[in-house]
Amino acid sequence: MQNDVVLKMRGINISFPGVKALSDVDFTLRKGEIHALMGENGAGKSTLIKILTGVYTKDSGQIFIDTDGTESEITIRSPQDAQNKGISTVYQEITLCPNLTVAENIYISRGEGSLVNWKKMEKDAGALLERLNIPARPRQQLGSCSLAVQQMIAIARAVDMDCKVLILDEPTSSLDEKEVAMLFGLMRDLKAQGVGIIFVTHFLEQVYEVCDRITVLRNGELVGEYEIENLPQVQLVAKMMGKELDDLTDMDKKEFVPVQDAAPVFEASGLTSSDCPNPFDFSISKGEVNGFTGLLGSGRSESVRAIFGADRVTGGKVKVNGKPVKISKPIHAMKHGIGYLAEDRKRDGIIADLSVRENIILALQVLKGFFRPFSRSEAEAFAEEYVKALAIKTASLDTPIKSLSGGNQQKVILARWLLTHPQYLILDEPTRGIDIGTKVEIQKLVLKLAEDGVSVTFISSEIEEMVRTCSRLLVMRDRKIVGELVGPAVQQSVIMKTIAGGGD
Amino acid sequence: MKKLLAIALVLVMAMSMMTVASADTIKVGIVNNPPSESGYREANVKDFESVFTVENGYEVNTFYSLKNDEQLAAAQQFITDGVDYLLISAAETTGWDTVLEDAQANGIRVFLFDRMIACDPSLYEAAVVSDMRNQGILAVEWLKGLNLEAYNIIHIQGAMGSDAQIGRTGPLDEQVAAADNWKLVVQQTATWDEAEAKKITESVINSGEPFNIIYAENDGMAKGAVAALDEAGISHGKDGDVIVMGFDCNKWALREVLAGTWNYDGQCSPFQAQVIHEMIQKIEAGETLELPEDKKIISEEKGFDATTITEEDVNTYGLGE
Amino acid sequence: MKSNKFKRWFSENTQLLIPVIAILALVIFNLIRDPGFFSITLTVNNDGNQVLTGNLISILNGASELAILAMGMTLVTAAAGGQDISVGAAAAIAGSVFVKILKGAASITPWTLIFAFLACCAVAMIFGAFNGTLVSVFNIQPMIATLILYTCGRSIAYWINGGATPTVTSPLLKALGGYIPGVPVPTPIFIVIIVAILFALVFRFTTLSTYIQAVGINQKAARLNGINPIGMKLLSFVILAVCVAIAGCISVGRLGLINHETLLLDIEMDAILAVAIGGNALGGGKFKLSGSILGAYTIQALTITLYAMKVPSVSVKAYKAIVIIVLVVIGSPVVKSAASRLWAKIKGHGSLQKEVAKV
Repeated sequence: MQNDVVLKMRGINISFPGVKALSDVDFTLRKGEIHALMGENGAGKSTLIKILTGVYTKDSGQIFIDTDGTESEITIRSPQDAQNKGISTVYQEITLCPNLTVAENIYISRGEGSLVNWKKMEKDAGALLERLNIPARPRQQLGSCSLAVQQMIAIARAVDMDCKVLILDEPTSSLDEKEVAMLFGLMRDLKAQGVGIIFVTHFLEQVYEVCDRITVLRNGELVGEYEIENLPQVQLVAKMMGKELDDLTDMDKKEFVPVQDAAPVFEASGLTSSDCPNPFDFSISKGEVNGFTGLLGSGRSESVRAIFGADRVTGGKVKVNGKPVKISKPIHAMKHGIGYLAEDRKRDGIIADLSVRENIILALQVLKGFFRPFSRSEAEAFAEEYVKALAIKTASLDTPIKSLSGGNQQKVILARWLLTHPQYLILDEPTRGIDIGTKVEIQKLVLKLAEDGVSVTFISSEIEEMVRTCSRLLVMRDRKIVGELVGPAVQQSVIMKTIAGGGD
Repeated sequence: MKKLLAIALVLVMAMSMMTVASADTIKVGIVNNPPSESGYREANVKDFESVFTVENGYEVNTFYSLKNDEQLAAAQQFITDGVDYLLISAAETTGWDTVLEDAQANGIRVFLFDRMIACDPSLYEAAVVSDMRNQGILAVEWLKGLNLEAYNIIHIQGAMGSDAQIGRTGPLDEQVAAADNWKLVVQQTATWDEAEAKKITESVINSGEPFNIIYAENDGMAKGAVAALDEAGISHGKDGDVIVMGFDCNKWALREVLAGTWNYDGQCSPFQAQVIHEMIQKIEAGETLELPEDKKIISEEKGFDATTITEEDVNTYGLGE
Repeated sequence: MKSNKFKRWFSENTQLLIPVIAILALVIFNLIRDPGFFSITLTVNNDGNQVLTGNLISILNGASELAILAMGMTLVTAAAGGQDISVGAAAAIAGSVFVKILKGAASITPWTLIFAFLACCAVAMIFGAFNGTLVSVFNIQPMIATLILYTCGRSIAYWINGGATPTVTSPLLKALGGYIPGVPVPTPIFIVIIVAILFALVFRFTTLSTYIQAVGINQKAARLNGINPIGMKLLSFVILAVCVAIAGCISVGRLGLINHETLLLDIEMDAILAVAIGGNALGGGKFKLSGSILGAYTIQALTITLYAMKVPSVSVKAYKAIVIIVLVVIGSPVVKSAASRLWAKIKGHGSLQKEVAKV
């Protein structure tokens, strides 16, 4: 049994100024297994991974690695060092070069002398791609491959470097279902070849689909290691959150929004933008929660961006509370009480180097005006209120937002828009890449807002979330609205059918 | 239509050139640096404009550039155009051999002015230049003539490596090395910058070291140094404690000398046109030029002393307004 | 409670550590070299005014133009993530306009001085807006965009001057660049203080600093929050242009002369350096004006020290370069993070225990 182990971490400790990030954490990875590393944001998953890949240096503890049946203690000094010792990582964001070919990406900077044998390189790459069933050609530009294939190429590159331990950090978060299945196929192949895989993800279903074992962390401590069969999903969630979880079932008590006689809060007809070329009609009433759904790239984000004026608006008529208005820039939409939480948090949401306080008050400050800045104490009061209300975990209000975990960053952005007291709030993928606890909190918050009379447009890749929150769904395919589901029709099977289309 | 127009234009131009050329004019091509380069150059360009005129029997084409290769191309063009004389103030000292040989082969006579070219002297008739070293010697001799007990000098240099800096620094360095009572309190470059010269002088004043001479290698830097003296309440000029020396003879600087607030200003003559004009007239008259062996004609340059300068000097020799 | 406040203040101002240490080091070095280095004496200048002189005054006075330009440069750097390399050339233009109007006036009264200053501000702002438009609307790299004015600015100044180096003398101009009669401190020092106060007031009564930082850190997110990134970048260039006009006027005032070739020559490099020494990221984003001001005085103190040491002409730049390399390397993120790790190790008991365990 002991011989199966490829990697052993024992008693790992690490502190950052003011925080004990990991205390006495053990982790064991066996040959030919897929091992899920689970925990909420801030539980210490990424810290553990970063120690393993040489980004951080542990304060104390030991790491053992198996080399041809003998176990030896190692120190990992840098990412390069980790790679040399057989530990490879594929990150959430693809770190390859899109303008090089697939073969170049696999073999580049491998430290095997500076001379390149192009023919051999392409031949080897071809063989590798074939062996791993990756649908790409060696001479193809990486940028022309789909995200999933790029992800798989990153894995191929890692695997080919003779790795014993492969770490996959959120590899599926930007893939659609078919692509995820393709990736899982590759993972299973590697597993059969004896590679130990550490899989970090937020998608519970995926864990149960491919993993053999689960290690759960909470608040920098080890909760336990479990065989997958012995840990039902509900219990896993409970272990991650440290309490018994009935919230998920709670949520199903969705209320229907009564349609009123009053004019819709927002109404658009024939709206188009530079990124959303097909005119569409849309309206939302007071207190209604509706949503756009469809596969990635179906145009759902582009549609809400057009509503907010985020891209160049090229046509259409817009009414707010029945009055015709012009929305061609975000500031126009904001002045009409519309808020927009963007899909890509890093790119369009956070101002990374500014503090939590400055990030929270930003939108309200802009609305208040250039010549009327909030005093420090006013700003602090606002920020304090929302940090408490949304239970944002931050060292202080002056902490730069970039040092918060993903879920907490998302809450800060949410707080930013809630603070403007919008009458209409657009939430594009507010639950992406954040832990399950926060996901539930955000869904509850949406329902609560609706109760208070705020209209919300909600977009999520996880259909269950949409089903739980929305009373009306606009289904999109190929940048067009192909169906509208209302009330009882908002259920998973119907949505699937409409997205797939042509079925009936 | 456009083509026709172009042909017509060319014809008109050719005609006009022929009419001018048919008269008894001397065709001259001048390659110079642009007047925006410095106050010196502006005076230099004006000087040539005032001497090489139609009234004096010249047909002049001038090309200005700070870049050697552009100058070379222009000179080549002048040769092709068939000028009689080529007057050159080169941006760089090298790269001119082919062009000058070409000119010689075409029977074009070349004069250099202001700046030398590194080539065989047989390739040009004469070179009319300033001798920066001579300016330095003139200034140091003047200073020696004062017969002071001690010479404690603040020496503010121009941009290191420039002709003017090397020429004006050399004689002073040699004198300081030769005489015991000559001492450089400080020797610093202000790279022709007035404000920098002021800072250098200020730092000497602040250090409390005694000095009685400011030797600045151009007028602007002398003005900067004087500003520092004024702020510290140190008297200067004809009746003051500190002797102020500048170079270049800008009109405003000569006025300072005339007013007695400065003691000396050394000339750097931009006036070479008259000398060249006289030589060309001699050649046209069939006479031979009497030249020194190296064919260098040094512009006559003076130094102006606060005790002897006149209003007329200021107006004759002052550059700019 | 008090220590908490101090802690917060300290953590917000750590970036000032390097310029402060650099200045202290220069002060100590000079005091050891010459104990009287910073002595200030009261003398009567040639205009009959009581004035203070000494190296300290020289440093504070001499750095005025640089400090003012560094403030403006900080804003441009923060908003546009790049630098304006045309400030020296633009100052030459501004100074030329200033002199042109003063020379054109029949007599120089305070009103002509104010009018001339406003006119040269206007001209500088036009050029600033030109640079700003290239950067914000056409998305050209700031250094490339300002390269245009850098190249042709001094020729434009020459054209305004109508050649050579015009001089202008007036007691009022002397008061601007030198001393106001009866005041023993050079006027440029007061001008820096006024400009700094103006910036502080603008930051206090508008949201300029937040907006500029937001645009510099994440332009897309800033736009989605209703901020106009183009406007902010343009504004930062126009503000820098006002700084340029002020610096140009001071510089002209010092000597009563405009030399388009040498006025504030190479000042753009020193201004960028001041921003960097002040701990501001040259890639834009967060900034601290005080850092850049300290950076400017650091550079000036260094220059004066080198002059006082009579370092030979040819090697002044080399010495300056060495000191600057040291400062910039110490301020680099690599060294910073290494230092903070070391600090954490010294403070943290984890490593201590480990050491004990090994023994």
